[in-house]
Formats: sequence, structure tokens, C-alpha cells
Amino acid sequence: MTDTTKVQQIIDRHDAREGALIEILLDIQHEFHWLPSEALELVSDRLNVPMGRIRHTATFYKAFSLVPKGRHEINVCMGTACHVRGAQRVLEVIQNTTGLMPGETDAEMKYSLDTVNCIGCCALGPVIEIDKEQHGKLVPGKTAALLKRYE
Amino acid sequence: MTDITLTIDGQTVTASEGATVLDAARAAGIAIPTVCHHEKLEPFGGCRLCVVEAEAGGRTSLAASCIFPVQQGLNVRTRTPQIEQVRKVLTEQLLAHAPESEVLLKLAEDYHANKDRFPREPSFCILCGLCVRYCAEVKQLNAVSFVDRGPTREISFDPEIANRECWECKECFPLCPTSALQAAYVLMKSLTAFSPSAHCAAATPAKQATA
Repeated sequence: MTDTTKVQQIIDRHDAREGALIEILLDIQHEFHWLPSEALELVSDRLNVPMGRIRHTATFYKAFSLVPKGRHEINVCMGTACHVRGAQRVLEVIQNTTGLMPGETDAEMKYSLDTVNCIGCCALGPVIEIDKEQHGKLVPGKTAALLKRYE
Repeated sequence: MTDITLTIDGQTVTASEGATVLDAARAAGIAIPTVCHHEKLEPFGGCRLCVVEAEAGGRTSLAASCIFPVQQGLNVRTRTPQIEQVRKVLTEQLLAHAPESEVLLKLAEDYHANKDRFPREPSFCILCGLCVRYCAEVKQLNAVSFVDRGPTREISFDPEIANRECWECKECFPLCPTSALQAAYVLMKSLTAFSPSAHCAAATPAKQATA
């Protein structure tokens, strides 16, 4: 399932340095869109870092996921500016369309839904991010159509 | 190592370079309360109850004495109204998490803390890290570690290591300042979880579990 050689290559690229733990985890996250436990065990072995510390790091940063993510990662901005411009209603539409609560992934592994606290483009609020692509000035009525563009 | 002279509560104290204010005070017989400190472990600075007023170069700051290194000419005060107040509030906050902890109830008595000041959130863990650090530094097993952050931070045993090592050891249980049962409870929880990683299991969305 998990491509072990890919993980090995990532670790090699950072010379299996203990201090590069976060960078290695970020690369694994980028490659697989989550941190499979087989990959973490390999990192633990090669870097000589106890699994407990890897779990501590992996659960500390929001950039890491210990559960598989869907093909499309939806991040709904709930920051102050987006909030006052109706982020809650946009989120409700997405929840109703996908049937997901924030933090969940559907059974077909199509969407993963998450809320974030600010993605830094408040002038475009309410903003959602799908696969790192920003969609600003959303209105609840157009949100469902937007989601349909991602298969 | 060069010796450093400092003043603690008006008393002249000599300490070796690299020592902490807490070490120096204890060597001089001055009591400073601590919860997360342990002689065998690296300083942690988690509970902040060892707070003191440290005056150097005309500036006074509040510092956690267990991680504050001694300096030449440092003037330390360990009991002032401000410190008493800080320790009182810290104790009250910790008691919200561990209302039955004898260590904390004793501190509450010493500093006139109201144990019901803050609404109770009995997680029974005050995240002092004694079990985590003891397992990592003394036993070097890393069976228990912190997971998550902020309000959801907690300790968690690695079921695989725990299954192999913990039954024979259990040395972290008596270290717990809230109750030895706390670590035992978290240990049982991780050993009875169905997945190889208890934390992953808890985080798996229901949608996938039923898929």
C-alpha cells in the first residue's frame, strides 16, 4: 500500500538527520496526503527517534494528518473576516453537499473537509481552499456548483 | 567550574556555574514549591509554581527558578506578596484539573487558594510531564508521550511498548502528582484500544470506520 522506497528516498534526501524530522514528515505528508503508520515506523527506525516523539510532533502540527485524506482537500476559512462575511453558511452548504463534518473524509475518499482559522486573504472572504486553490467571495448558492467541478 | 555568588532572600549563597536558582536555594535550605521538578530529570519548567522574583542589573522579573540559571550578583526573592499571588492562582488553575490531588491541596492550604475558584475540568492530568520524561530520560523506553496540543493535549501510552514493558516497570505511577491511578487509567486505555495506535483509532472519522 505505502510505497516504502518513496519514504526511504525522502529520508535519504535529508540524510536521515534527527533534526530534519519535521521536514521529513512534511515531505511524507505532501507525497501521500497523510502520514501512514508504516512510514512513521520507518522514520523512527532510520532517524533513531522514538515513536512517542514522532506522534507528539505529528499531532502537534495541523499540517500533519494521521488519517488518510480524500482526493480533494477542502479547507474552509473561519477567520474573523470570513466569519462576518458568512463563512458559516458556506460551511453548512459544503457539509450538506458532501455529508461531511469538519475533520472527516467520505467513504469514496473523494473529499476531506476541514476548517482553518485564516488563510491570509481576508479581502476575498468568505474564502475556501480546494487542493491549495483559493476560491474567494463565495456565496452559499454558488458553493455546491463549485464543488461539482472537483471529481 | 567557577563559583557564583548570589543572594536568595537576603542570604548569600554560592553555587556552581550552570546550576539553577532552585538548586542553589534548596542547597541553602530555602524551600521553593515545585510539582513538575524531579532531581533525576532535566529541568522542564512546566508547572511554574517555583516562580521567584529575580533581580539583576536593576531589573526584576518573575522567573521559573527550576530553569533559571544562577548569575553573579543575582538577587532572588522567593516569598513576596506578588509571588504568593501567582502561586495561589496557579494552584487554583491546576486544582480545576485535579481537584483531589493531595500535593495540590497541600499547596492550596499554604497559599490560601480557593480550590473551587475555577469550574472543574477534571482531566486528572496537569501535564507536568513527570511520567513522560521519566520514561524517556531514566528508563529510555518512551512508552508514554504527549499527544495533541493546547486544550486537547494529553498523555498517551504507545500500546506496543506498553504491552512489552509497562507491566514490569510502573515506575512512573508513583511520580504522578495528581494520583497514581491516573497513569494506570491512561495505560489501560491504550492497551485495550483495538488499533495499533490508540490515537489514530480515536481520530479516525466515523465515516471511514463504517465504510
